Amino acid sequence: MTGTMLLEIEGLRKAYPGVVANDNVGFAIAPGEVHALLGENGAGKSTLVKMIYGLVKPDAGTMRLMGAAYEPAEPRAARAAGVAMVFQHFSLFEALNVAENVALGMENPPPMRDLARRIREISNTYGLPLDPDRTVGDLSAGERQRVEIIRCLLQDPKLLIMDEPTSVLTPQEVEILFHTLRKLSAEGTAILYISHKLEEIRALCDSATILRGGKVVGHCTPREKTARELAEMMVGGEFAMTDRAGRSFGNPVLVVKDLNLPPMSQFGPSLKGINLTLRAGEVLGIGGVAGNGQEELLATLSGERPSEDETVVIKGQEASRLGPNERRAMGLLSAPEERLGHAAVPAMSLTENTLLTGTIRRPLMKKGFIDMGAAKGFAEEIIKAFDVRTPGPHVAARALSGGNLQKYVIGREVLQAPDVLIVNQPTWGVDAAAAASIRQALLDLASKGAGVIVISQDLDELMEIADNFCALYEGRLSPPRPTEGLTIDEIGLMLGGAHGMTDVVAEEAAS
Amino acid sequence: MTLGGIDIIVLIATLMTASTPVLLAATGELIAEKAGVLNLGVEGMMIMGAVGGFAAATATGSPVLGFLFGAVAGAVLAMVFAILTQVFLSNQTATGLALTLFGLGLSALIGKGYEGVRPPPTAKLDFGPLGDIPVLGPIFFSHDWVVYASLVLVALTWAFLKFTRAGLVLRAVGESHDAAHALGYRVIAVRIAALAFGGACAGFGGAYLSLVRVPQWTEGMTAGAGWIALAIVVFASWRPERVLIGAYLFGGITALQLQLQAAGYAIPVHLLSMAPYVITIVVLVLLSALHRHGAQAAPADLGRSFHASS
Repeated sequence: MTGTMLLEIEGLRKAYPGVVANDNVGFAIAPGEVHALLGENGAGKSTLVKMIYGLVKPDAGTMRLMGAAYEPAEPRAARAAGVAMVFQHFSLFEALNVAENVALGMENPPPMRDLARRIREISNTYGLPLDPDRTVGDLSAGERQRVEIIRCLLQDPKLLIMDEPTSVLTPQEVEILFHTLRKLSAEGTAILYISHKLEEIRALCDSATILRGGKVVGHCTPREKTARELAEMMVGGEFAMTDRAGRSFGNPVLVVKDLNLPPMSQFGPSLKGINLTLRAGEVLGIGGVAGNGQEELLATLSGERPSEDETVVIKGQEASRLGPNERRAMGLLSAPEERLGHAAVPAMSLTENTLLTGTIRRPLMKKGFIDMGAAKGFAEEIIKAFDVRTPGPHVAARALSGGNLQKYVIGREVLQAPDVLIVNQPTWGVDAAAAASIRQALLDLASKGAGVIVISQDLDELMEIADNFCALYEGRLSPPRPTEGLTIDEIGLMLGGAHGMTDVVAEEAAS
Repeated sequence: MTLGGIDIIVLIATLMTASTPVLLAATGELIAEKAGVLNLGVEGMMIMGAVGGFAAATATGSPVLGFLFGAVAGAVLAMVFAILTQVFLSNQTATGLALTLFGLGLSALIGKGYEGVRPPPTAKLDFGPLGDIPVLGPIFFSHDWVVYASLVLVALTWAFLKFTRAGLVLRAVGESHDAAHALGYRVIAVRIAALAFGGACAGFGGAYLSLVRVPQWTEGMTAGAGWIALAIVVFASWRPERVLIGAYLFGGITALQLQLQAAGYAIPVHLLSMAPYVITIVVLVLLSALHRHGAQAAPADLGRSFHASS
């Protein structure tokens, strides 16, 4: 085999204080192969690719690239050896333009004018239209990813690493990305593809390596497995699917009428003419690509940002000008996307974190003073009911893993028995088993008669739990559609399709 | 050419010398802030440059060596800031304020023996017949080398940021240190280099105060010029060409108020001395209000400490 393989990895190990991120990891990639790296959050995928890209030094083990020893000391060396990487969180500079961003990722960039010309050439060749003079801050997530990909392609990589590339794309943009990747693969470029979206991996990848707890637990050909089999290999056992029992809807609990709001940040969207009605017992899914107004919508509904009179009505009462605590008293609770720093204070204990939202609807105060005993009891109740893995309620919020903290944050709101609950990205970065339990909790809440709004970028999640679906695109909310019978293509078009790509999509469809 | 008892040509010529210290300090701070570091110690670095340059010039008899030493003194103080904020990750605002207080105190101590001493003079450059051109001659060809050097420095800074790869990397580090790190750039090294340049410029500007502008050493002689330099960087929305305008505006009002005093206008001296500071701030606020994007042009990671997590 040696000599025919592009990248061979053997016995790779990396330990951090208190945790072994990778232990005895080994696999091989052939030229032109699309290889998937599968695993839950914390399985060690990111550490592994960081070692291949030279950002982290392995403690032990060997890597060979085209038969020669490969020990990149820094990303520069990795790039020189022909390894390029598209990051999960984009490594782009918003205030700089596309060409400048591309130049920063290259070893010896040509003069700007030549570079702009080459960017146009490459983007035409691979069907990724991009204007080199535009400021990156003005681009959509899909367009930003094109910047990263083109930056890699300009260096003729032999191996392209993609870390969760589709999490921010519309279905149409995913199709375009796959088209590009298949073309690259046909030209002999190997791709190491990291994702936990199993259907995508089945559609795209030739082979897969599955990681669990930092170790390789199996290799397989994804096409020959079902998504459920892959998921069980990742999790290492079976997990419950959500139970979506039939529910009946009651009276409207939240009505939003002609809501407009200016943007919160420089490159952020404004909310334009939002209308929605949420009934008791309904789960309303709001889908959309990140940055189309999700944060803004949650901030307005939760009361962080008051809106004009007569725009937000909770259970028949005008609430547009009320703050979060007054809305909590009326029964509207929320859980924002950012767990650390928005939903929870990182340096405070779990007990103290219950006090942040819980004092209105729970008896956690006595005569104006905090009742620490009651707060601790509530924290323990959340930990028990939502299976939060932590030594106890005295632990600081930042010490919890993302998934555990997410369960805690959602649990804190659900256990306060809200009449309206709004959550943003409830299962972002949460492993499959925990995600299923969070979704089940939201469904249970709805079946008890609460209205639930789930804002999410994970369309499969929305299709699984929501009764009705709205798309949020550039600050506008589409009218609701029942999720039953809705296809992914229809949703994709509701989400704005692919920016500037409609022609290509049409051609794809025609061919 | 006089207007209301004020000689316009002299005014413009003095304006250029009066602006030079602030222009130098602001250009240096611009580079540091473009790399994402907010160094509030400009005043301290300037006054260290003033006393250091003065001491070196009187000891060696060479003003050029004095300027060089002034720049070194400013850079050394900037390195104290760099070690504290970049290596030990201390808070940049607090450290910068401390640096100013430290510089003011230390310079007063060092400067005790130099009060009343006259430094070796810095000659004006001789441009031959060019200096005899009416109006233009006295305005543009009657200065010492530092004035021209400061203008060249602004032009070089502008070109560095706009056209060079190193300038692009510097801006990238200031925009997103995490992304720059992920691409393999050495964030801390870039920032330390930018701070050293900022300190050297501030020290150079300070030396100009004590060696040419005044020229003698007095305690606390920078009199807030460092703070003005900081304000100019912000209101110039981090662009070198606007820093030049801001600095010359400040210098212009300084020169004007001195001439008004000399011409014997019945305006209280304190109001006149205050004028450069007040008017600079007012004009710059108006400018940034007109350019709505001005305030948002700050480097995105300005003032944030960088620590590589893995």
